[in-house]
Amino acid sequence: MEIRPILDPETATRNMAEIEPKYSPQEAVTEANRCLYCFDAPCIRACPTGIDIPAFIKKIATGNITGSARTILSANILGASCARVCPTSVLCEGACVLLDRDQQPIKIGRLQRYATDHVLDDNINLFSPPTKKSGKRVALIGGGPASLGCAAELALLGHEAVIFEKKPEAGGLNTYGIAYYKLTPEVSLKEVELVKQLGVEIRTGVEVGRDITIPELEKEFDALFLGVGLGSTLRLDIPGEELPEVVEALHFIDDIHTKPLHEVAVGKRVAVIGCGNTAIDAVTQAKRLGAAHATIIYRRGERDMPAYVYEYELAKQDGAEFVFYAIPEAVLERDGHVCGLRLVRTEMDAQRNLRVIPDSAFDFPCDMVIKALGQEKMTAMLDHLLPGLDLADNGTIRRDDQTGQTNIPHVFAGGDAANGGSEVVNAVGEGKKAARGMHRFFSQQEATGPIQWSRMGVVDAPPYGAGLDAPVRVQETATSFR
Amino acid sequence: MADLSVNLGGISSPNPFWVASAPPSNTGYQCHRAFEAGWGGVVWKTLGEAIVNVSSRYSSLDLNGNRMVGFNNIELITDRSPEVNFREIKECKERWPNHAIVVSLMTDTRESWHEYVKRSMDAGADGVELNFGCPHGMCERGMGSAVGQNPDVIETIVGWVMEVTQIPVIVKLTPNITNITYPARSARRSGANAISLINTINSITQVDLDRLCPEPYVAGKSTSGGYCGPAVKPIALNMVQQCAADPEVKLPISGIGGIQNWKDAAEFIALGATNVQVCTAIMHYGFRIVEDMIEGLNDYLDRSGMASVTELIGRAVPTIDRWENLDLNYKRIAKIDYDTCIGCNLCYIACEDGAHQAIALVDPDAEGIGEGPGRLPGKAVPKIKEDECVGCNLCSLVCPVDGCIDMIDIDTGKEPMSWTQYQERVASGDMEPIPPHQ
Repeated sequence: MEIRPILDPETATRNMAEIEPKYSPQEAVTEANRCLYCFDAPCIRACPTGIDIPAFIKKIATGNITGSARTILSANILGASCARVCPTSVLCEGACVLLDRDQQPIKIGRLQRYATDHVLDDNINLFSPPTKKSGKRVALIGGGPASLGCAAELALLGHEAVIFEKKPEAGGLNTYGIAYYKLTPEVSLKEVELVKQLGVEIRTGVEVGRDITIPELEKEFDALFLGVGLGSTLRLDIPGEELPEVVEALHFIDDIHTKPLHEVAVGKRVAVIGCGNTAIDAVTQAKRLGAAHATIIYRRGERDMPAYVYEYELAKQDGAEFVFYAIPEAVLERDGHVCGLRLVRTEMDAQRNLRVIPDSAFDFPCDMVIKALGQEKMTAMLDHLLPGLDLADNGTIRRDDQTGQTNIPHVFAGGDAANGGSEVVNAVGEGKKAARGMHRFFSQQEATGPIQWSRMGVVDAPPYGAGLDAPVRVQETATSFR
Repeated sequence: MADLSVNLGGISSPNPFWVASAPPSNTGYQCHRAFEAGWGGVVWKTLGEAIVNVSSRYSSLDLNGNRMVGFNNIELITDRSPEVNFREIKECKERWPNHAIVVSLMTDTRESWHEYVKRSMDAGADGVELNFGCPHGMCERGMGSAVGQNPDVIETIVGWVMEVTQIPVIVKLTPNITNITYPARSARRSGANAISLINTINSITQVDLDRLCPEPYVAGKSTSGGYCGPAVKPIALNMVQQCAADPEVKLPISGIGGIQNWKDAAEFIALGATNVQVCTAIMHYGFRIVEDMIEGLNDYLDRSGMASVTELIGRAVPTIDRWENLDLNYKRIAKIDYDTCIGCNLCYIACEDGAHQAIALVDPDAEGIGEGPGRLPGKAVPKIKEDECVGCNLCSLVCPVDGCIDMIDIDTGKEPMSWTQYQERVASGDMEPIPPHQ
């Protein structure tokens, strides 16, 4: 049977509302006051963008909310979305020293959201284009987090940045591909505006390779940044995959972000193939949009799943169901529509190798199949665009870890296309590093601060008595030992 | 079970915890509630000539989310009639004969003082407390702290009171003075039976940055108020000790100033107070706090082998000496317990920027410090430079983990030597001057 939207507008909106509401001012100050204001704090080191977390939290405690947001956003221009989607328990909050005293880390993500919402909601203008320009121009291909992070940093360093995005809006997965209850497109688009405030130009609806060629870009720009992300969801390669109710997780989530919530079609019994964080986003949203049953089908067991523990917990709370140790063999069809999956049982041997159990096939009834098996690399596209670009065996772009520079000296890369698929905050961090790599490439000089404020990150500081005019150089990766 | 009863200059009460003269002791109703909760005495809110109060009377100092660390008021003495107050005092005393009821008084003329003291006696009060302390409003009319700042006037007024009183007289002192022992000595010379201190400190707690006018805000203006609450405790302890140690004062002391719990009370008593009075903590949490005060003090006395609270009075007074008599050869240094160190490095930055640069950040593996909580790859841990540590205590004060940084006594092998002895020895050529610190 054809699938349709299930819920009325009110219920859909209520179900998809943000799961963690914004702190009230008093909640924020109370939480901020718990922060010890560590020196050379571990949370800063755990943040891929190096936000001076104790500083921004202290500013919340003193009522300097705008200053707090400035601290966050000048280190990570996507600080508002990262506040919502970062796996904080394995990053900043996982490094909080209070875990060792009280077992309760500071709720850094929620405080970061409180501060950044303050400026986004009240349209407080924090940034303006730098007055000193280098005259260097960079074209950034793809408008997702890596390019936005890179462009913002380039702008702060005085270089001109132009982003080329084929979709109607920039923001990449932040705008189109993250669970709605975590991050709405509105927040992502406000961040895109912040990047524009810095003087970055964003050309949407422009596909590089179709509307403009690489040689044309190379003529106009001094360097290129590849922030192209990943491609389509991997195929199941089983019979029935072409049926209309077999969809890619990212398309399903894209629908949620581009249509009114009550117009998103969802099955009554939904099967999600895969068990990564995108699979969780898909299964919970299917449930919230009215599916009576939404079930993850995963070939391995509970302890093997790539999804974060807290994501798994959320899915269970949402009433998602799980079938472990099963692989789809075929999508079952009735009258041209999905009516189920044929699954086979798997098991793990002593060496933890997976094998299919013979004669174990069984039918699993469902009317919608969401594929969440991970995304393809953009290998073909990159080969076509930049034939000389060096790619790793797994299809990611090879680049210098610290500078983002590829084997083509004026081409830099970062984000999912380079790291194979990671968090938003990693993409921003890699974008920043690439911007600083380009700065070095243009000027043969290190970027000067202030980019990273951790005191121990300051290297080559002028010695005591040398005067205050000498520039203080700031290194991206703080080092503890002097 | 220790004996908690005390006798302050002839006024006895079942325990040393009294409600101070203030809003909590404004009415007979509150007095009953205080005694029901377990308070040993009440000093009635100050009686005197008729006054009119303003609306908006209190303000406070909050600190890092903690409310009312300091508290400020611009309220005057009672605004109820003497008739109502004395009637309620009488009723209260009849119902609670074994508890102390002291009437706080503040007036101006000799006749008026005589009248209020006599009416207090008629009401059955156990004593009177002369309010020479309030630093707001009444002082502009020549009363309160205006009296307490002038030892001669104290003697005159206490003299008037002593002419008629047949019950003990407590003189309540203002801290808004350079040397607290001067007014205390005046109280002693004029025949008072006890002193109570401190009254509130002149204060402005905060400025509203939108209105650019302090709180408490009264129609576009404010006025200097009286400061109290936990923040004033160190000032009060110092003044109580100064009076307790002064050979010319020699009066029982009722300790006041920021007392919140039994520990605070025990500290005041150890520094010479016979009993304590409490106001701000009651205004914050209500009379119920006294249960913990009684229980805690009792357990502490039992634990310390003291049979009664009177054994504790003044026990710590002799340990306070002039700086010149402290031992220059005593040495302590900081010691970090790496099993509990969480790696916040606050000790490092406090010492580096705020003290003596005696803590290094080191690689725990290279230094053989080993495993501990809060270790992350590449993360430095603090290490005391023992040769540089002057034993100032700062690191142990900023450390957020109980017991993580201890100050350890170091045996220097040297005989104790005070600054006075050092001066003598250097002058006589017995020793070379100690070289200046680098």
